[in-house]
Formats: sequence, C-alpha cells, structure tokens
Amino acid sequence: MQTHPHEHLAMLVQPDRVHRSVYTDPVIYEMEMTRLFGRAWLLLGHESQVPKAGDFITTRMGREPVIVVRDDDGAINVFVNRCTHRGALVSHLARGSARALTCPYHGWSFGLDGALKWVPTPGGYGDDGARRLAALGLRRVPRVANYRGFVFASLAPEGRSLVEFLGHMASSFDDLVDRAPGGEIEVAGGVFKHAYDGNWKLVLENHLDGIHPNYVHASSVQIAREAADPGQPERPSDIAIRQMRQNGAPEPVWESIGMWTTRQGHGYMGDYHDDSRLVTGLHNPVFADYRARLAARVGAERADAILRVTRWNSIIYPNVSFMSQFRQLRIVHPLAVDRTVVYTYAFRMKGAPEQMFRDTVAFANVVNGTASWVLTDDLEVYGRVQRGLSAEGCEWVDLARGAGRDVADDHDMQRGVTGTSEIFIRAQFGAWLDYLTAE
Amino acid sequence: MPSMPFAKPSSAEHLHDISRFLYREAWLLDQQRFDEWLALFADDATYWVPLEERQADAIETCSIIHDNRELLGLRVRQYRESRAHARLPLARTVHQVGNILLLDDGAADEVLVASTLVIIEYRQERQRTWGATVQHRLRRVGDDWRIVLKRVDLVNSESELDGIAFLL
Repeated sequence: MQTHPHEHLAMLVQPDRVHRSVYTDPVIYEMEMTRLFGRAWLLLGHESQVPKAGDFITTRMGREPVIVVRDDDGAINVFVNRCTHRGALVSHLARGSARALTCPYHGWSFGLDGALKWVPTPGGYGDDGARRLAALGLRRVPRVANYRGFVFASLAPEGRSLVEFLGHMASSFDDLVDRAPGGEIEVAGGVFKHAYDGNWKLVLENHLDGIHPNYVHASSVQIAREAADPGQPERPSDIAIRQMRQNGAPEPVWESIGMWTTRQGHGYMGDYHDDSRLVTGLHNPVFADYRARLAARVGAERADAILRVTRWNSIIYPNVSFMSQFRQLRIVHPLAVDRTVVYTYAFRMKGAPEQMFRDTVAFANVVNGTASWVLTDDLEVYGRVQRGLSAEGCEWVDLARGAGRDVADDHDMQRGVTGTSEIFIRAQFGAWLDYLTAE
Repeated sequence: MPSMPFAKPSSAEHLHDISRFLYREAWLLDQQRFDEWLALFADDATYWVPLEERQADAIETCSIIHDNRELLGLRVRQYRESRAHARLPLARTVHQVGNILLLDDGAADEVLVASTLVIIEYRQERQRTWGATVQHRLRRVGDDWRIVLKRVDLVNSESELDGIAFLL
C-alpha cells in the first residue's frame, strides 16, 4: 500500500493550521484506516444492545466489518465478521440473536466464542483436518474492554489500556450513566444513520464548535425565535423550539462555556443551555420527580453533585461524540476519503420518569433526525467544505483561533483560552499525527 | 385497520373525490406552493415520517419527521429563510401518487386512505429517487378535506441517508 513518509505527514500538521490534503488525499485516508482506526480504541456499542447469550450486533472498525456477540459465559466477544473459509460475511444483519454464527455459503458454523464447530464433509480435510479446522475459528479482534457498559475494541494487539486512552474523559461516561436513577442506561428508540459527502474528521471538528451554530443554523434559529415561546403548559414542540433557539446563543455565552481537550485528541465543551427541559430546570415537575428518584438511590448530596455537571458534547477521538443531558451518542464511520456515515443512538435511563426518555426521542428528532431543521444544514456544510477543499490554489485550513494561548488544566487536560478556541481541532490533529507516525 | 382493504362500490364517487385531493396535494408540493399545502392540514394534524419499518409509535421511537401543525409550520417557514443552506436552492420534486385505496370510509366524517408515493428529487447536480407507502387520515370539512394525519413510510427509512431537506 502506498504511504507517505513521516516527514511529509509532519509538514501537513502545523501548530495553527493543517494542509487540505489531510481531508482529500486517498493515500492519507488509507493510512488513517490502518494506523489510526487500526490502532485506537473504537467504541462499538453498549452492552444493552446484546443483553443475552447469543445476542449480536454488527458494525465497522474502520475498514473491518466486525460482529459483537455475547457468549454463554456472559462475556462480550468481538470478531472480524468474515468467514474463515471463503470470506463471506458471517452475518449481514445489523443485530440478531443466534445459538451459532453460521456462514451462508457452505454452512461453516462458529460458536459464540468464535470456535469453528462444524463444517460439511470434514473428511475432505484428510488426516490433519481436525488440527487445521481448530485454527480456523473466527478472527478475534485483539483487545476488547468495557467502560461503564460501553464496549470498546482495538485492532492493535498492544497499546495503552482503555483507561489510559480515555483519561479524564471517562468522567463524561460517568456523567451519562450516573444520572440514571436505576444505575443503568440502555440503548433505545432507534438509530439514525446520516451520511454526507465529506471526510470523517469534519463531523468531529463540528461538534465542539461554538461559532458555527449562529451561522450554519441561522435559519432554524430564526424560525424558532419567531415561534410562540415555550412555557407552561409545555407543548410537544417545545424541545425542538428551545434547542433551535439555543443555537443562537450570543457570542459571550459561547466564549464563556469552557473547552477542554486531552493528548489523545478527546475533548468536551461546557453547556450553553438555559433550558428548563434540562435538569437545570428543577422547577419542572418531571425533573423534580426525576431528582427525587435519583436522590432516593444515591442520596441528595450525591444527586446534586451529579446534576451539577454541565457538559454538552464530549468527543472520544476518533469515532465518538456524545452528550449526557439528552442522552445522545454518535458513532462516526469513515466510508471513503470524502464519504462518512454517522450512526446516532439514544439512551433510556433506567428508573427515570417516562417523560425523560420521550424528551430524549424528541431531542434526537430535532438534532439528529435525517430531515431535521438543524442537522440538514450541518450535512450541507460538510459537503461544501469537502468541495472547497478540492481547491489546490488554497492549501491551508486555518485553526488559529485561540492558538498559543491554551491553558494547562487539571487531569492532564488543556483548556481553550475561551470556549470558542479551536484547541479541540488542534488537539485532534496532535493525536492524529501521533497515530500516523507511530511505529 | 380493517381486514378488507377495498372501498365499497358505493364509495366510487368518494374515492374520486379523495384521489383529486391527493393529486392536488402533490401538485402543490411540486409547484412549491407550500403555504397552500400547509393549509391542507388541520390544526390538530400530525405529519409523520417514521424511522423504522412498521413503527408503532412516535413517542418512544425516533422519527425522521414527527411534526405537529406548529412544527410543520416552522418547516415550511425555513424554506423562506435567507440562510437555509440545505434549502437554497430548493430541491425540485415530482411527487407521483398511485395505488389509492380507501381503507376506511365508515360513517364518521374521517376517512383513512392508502397510497404509494414515488418522488424524484433534484438539487445541486444530484437526483434521488424515493419510494414510500403513505396513509392519509382525512377529515371532511364542508365540501373539502383536511389532513389529520399524513404518514409517509419510506422504503429506505432505515438506510444510511443523506439529509432530507424537501417535503415528502
């Protein structure tokens, strides 16, 4: 496979700008699949998607199709979704449940632990057949780890542990799970899969970007401002109208919310909402009920501490963006240098009032829905960025906002000088260069 | 839903009337006469594009679109905004309505109508083809009808989809 030497890559990523080819060069894209998606911990899903033995989901790890399956011992295994015989996908379904994973082509059948259990005409393999077939179990993805129910895997046999990889970002998962009065969350409500003609990095560079909402989302901000005010009694449209309006928060709000990053390219932004449908709105009767249920389980003091966390999006580089307050999570799947699909999931908090999950669904529709007032404009702009980046006469993407003024913070994190610093993109490229140039 | 999905012979005139209504609705969309299209919906209307096949509810399952009349009004207004990036230029469409069946024309002043919808959508050098089964619940208002429910089940609703910035 063609690659670029390290010196070339290092020239593309500079302290306050990156070269356009990191978004457009097919050679770089293939290097990313091998060295970045082939090494980093990638989030595959949540254990609630495979609750019982035999339950499985299929997904992708960069170029690799994989299957995530729970075995009879309760362990979650991750295998390359490819028959070890002649190469067919073992399962073509997004999810299912089975006692064995059986290839459609010649019936090779694998146990939930990946071992090859059965082949037709085993006599055809001669005296040495048993030994040969024993080595033809499903190819196991080398490392699998679980943090608070989130299943991660890495295609690299060695490397930093998941805990080291996540660092302080683990606290964003804590924030998501700790809020459940029942102590657990579960995937529910369906999966949006929105695609765009642009590089996979564009979506991760957008989710912590506090400047773009006033421009990309100007039209949905405007129509929401012209709508009747949300209030009491609440209307079914309130969640949509509030969120669309909130994107029009004035610049000082975005400047003040805070932006934190890690050396692994992760980051999170503070919250920019004053939304009474969020748990900050404790006068809301649903939230009063919710808070009481949480306090009943963990105590009032701990409940208050949990609810005081006001993070908006968190990014785990290179494939996750999620948020706790409306319990949304997005997994980024690169398809080509200029094609990406994002799978979006919603979570139900066990033990919370039913209305909380209904709010989650309503929020997903307005923010992650394929026809949403909001998301459609993001997707449109990703496509226009990709087209613009094809210009050879203008080589650099400028990332200088806040550059040189980053602030060292607790937990080995770097904080942007303001909430609109492009520190999070610079941090992503710092990690990107580390992955692509590591031996 | 009734087990006998065909209109009674006495409904022939009824069906003709309803077919004209659905054709006119499609025509308004294709002519981009969105305010007139919006006026076809009752104040308590729901405009629903489910995410999942045979989706039973829109409360605990996400939807590609689940609008009450107020949100549908915002959807139409967004087309007029000067910075509606995904809607400038507006997609041009053909909504082809077919297979109109009267599912329920009971004594009440509401009817349930099934149809199929094929949409050709063109915008910015890309043409897409969409197929859907549709249900309309229509309410008799004087000599005319108002839409109480429009449910559009895209055959590819569960697919990986680029943004949808036109009306179905």
